Amino acid sequence: MAYKIVASQCTGCSACDPECPNQAIFEKNGVFYIKPEKCTECIGHFDEAQCVAACPVDKTCIIDTAYPRYQAA
Amino acid sequence: MEHVLQTASPGHNRLKPITGIKVEVAGQTTASGCGTSGGEGKASCGTSDGENDMPPEIWEKVKNHPCYSEEAHHHYARMHVAVAPACNIQCNYCNRKYDCSNESRPGVVSQKLTPDQAVKKVIAVASEIPQMTVLGIAGPGDALANPQKTFETFRMLQEQAPDIKLCLSTNGLMLPDYVDEIAKYNVDHVTITINMIDAEVGEKIYPWIFYNHKRYYGREAAQILTDRQMLGLEMLTARGILTKINSVLIPGVNDQHLYEVNRAVKSRGAFLHNIMPLISEAEHGTVYGLTGQRGPSAQELKEVQDACMGGANLMRHCRQCRADAVGLLGEDRSDEFTQDKVDQMDVIYDLEKRRAYQEQVEIERQAQNTAKQSALAKQADGDDDIKVLVAVATTGGGKVNEHFGHATEFQIYEITAASTTFVGHRRVDLYCQGGFGEDEQLPSIVSAINDCHAVLVAKIGACPRDELLAAGIEPVDAYAHEFIEKAALTWFADYRARVTSGEISHQPRGDASIRQGAFMAA
Ligand code: SF4
Ligand code: SF4
Ligand code: SF4
Repeated sequence: MAYKIVASQCTGCSACDPECPNQAIFEKNGVFYIKPEKCTECIGHFDEAQCVAACPVDKTCIIDTAYPRYQAA
Repeated sequence: MEHVLQTASPGHNRLKPITGIKVEVAGQTTASGCGTSGGEGKASCGTSDGENDMPPEIWEKVKNHPCYSEEAHHHYARMHVAVAPACNIQCNYCNRKYDCSNESRPGVVSQKLTPDQAVKKVIAVASEIPQMTVLGIAGPGDALANPQKTFETFRMLQEQAPDIKLCLSTNGLMLPDYVDEIAKYNVDHVTITINMIDAEVGEKIYPWIFYNHKRYYGREAAQILTDRQMLGLEMLTARGILTKINSVLIPGVNDQHLYEVNRAVKSRGAFLHNIMPLISEAEHGTVYGLTGQRGPSAQELKEVQDACMGGANLMRHCRQCRADAVGLLGEDRSDEFTQDKVDQMDVIYDLEKRRAYQEQVEIERQAQNTAKQSALAKQADGDDDIKVLVAVATTGGGKVNEHFGHATEFQIYEITAASTTFVGHRRVDLYCQGGFGEDEQLPSIVSAINDCHAVLVAKIGACPRDELLAAGIEPVDAYAHEFIEKAALTWFADYRARVTSGEISHQPRGDASIRQGAFMAA
């Protein structure tokens, strides 16, 4: 499983982008999105999901329930 | 006469950057004013030993910088480029949908640029506006939360437009990590927003920070922030980089505390302290806006500014401009330099032309100073101790040259027989808006300058003239196109003469309100 960005909430500030340990965050036309196959929920890197912690808008980086929870190898 | 000649000697400012100059930069009275004004201004003059001396290398850094020198801000322009969208803290007066409220007014949005686009824009503007001497990165988030974009922009500019001074603004959280980089790109001015030095106050201003891969909340967050800010400030001072401290005055939260902040930053070598009013409106969607936290009145602001005058030099001409503003402070020409237009421009960067222009400006500036000194010398002696505020409509160049109806702001000067002190700007809504809505605007203009005895303009219509008179503010157009200080002092001499002769009686004025809306909305 992975995190996703709620596009309607994203201000496009880019704060999340450099914080991601897996370079899973990308930008398209000023709106940011997460590539689910790259996101590890920060497991193995940090205690908190970095995109969530860095984002200035609450509930913008959220769990994407369309994917199963990430399992550390 | 001899006195006049002395102070008028050209080059005086540059050759002897001592007491008189420092005082200009601080936006306070002149050196001669200190000597004769007794009680007033004692805070700044009493502590003058040694501190009032400004070494030539510092004067060199600030003299053409519109944000640092009150005098320069009439003649030189700065611009900001919005290359830094991210931020790493949350302030209760900021809604992150908009630009950083530390530097802009809340509720404005800047056009975000890549470093390449930003550099192209700077070169285009500098070629078109030779007075443009300063480039700042102040948002729309925090310059140092976007270190790559910020320093990439500086690096390219240093190569392509080496005469432009660079500055940046930051909340200070990441400052200690980048002080060396800042020094490397010859950034000579850094602005840090410091609203508190005590985490107990800080937790009421900052709900959280993001630091070292972790979110911190409340008091812990505020403690980290203040520690980092103080360390960063000390490190900049140690490297000889000039610092300006911005503080947002939040009534009931940090109004009393700002005196301590002033002492703390001064003792760490801050060059300027700029105390700005909180701008708080529910429609900006900020925490303070939504909880009804109010901003200060003009008098409350002036009170704290006056009390802090003896600390770090105080700056009163900051207009809280937006992150992508272009122009003389207060004048916004961003529309002429949108990305589309810049892309179409054929730009040649002509260093020589810029130099020649700036020399011309220097001559004007000397003339302004000379006019002020001779007007001061002409003031009648007297022990009436009258002190008034006057509002001035100007389009720049240090002259009374704006039509009342076209003014979007007034510059406020405090006048005594021995001094003129610039105390700040008041924004107003345009009185003339193509012939309609005028009557609704006038009361708001009156309330913005309600603490002034007179308003100096180039021209004014009959209708607003009568209403100003009714409100007790004297409209004055007799000094159109003269230098501001000279005009204000000449009017003041006349005013005092009328008081002395009994024609009018001197009455104190009330308080004024600070306009809340976003000033230069896109
Ligand atoms: S949760 Fe971590 S790994 Fe996933 S996108 Fe956010 S920062 Fe990247
Ligand atoms: S930090 Fe939040 S608002 Fe900013 S770009 Fe990332 S998702 Fe969007
Ligand atoms: S530092 Fe500026 S951008 Fe960041 S939260 Fe505070 S006011 Fe907003």
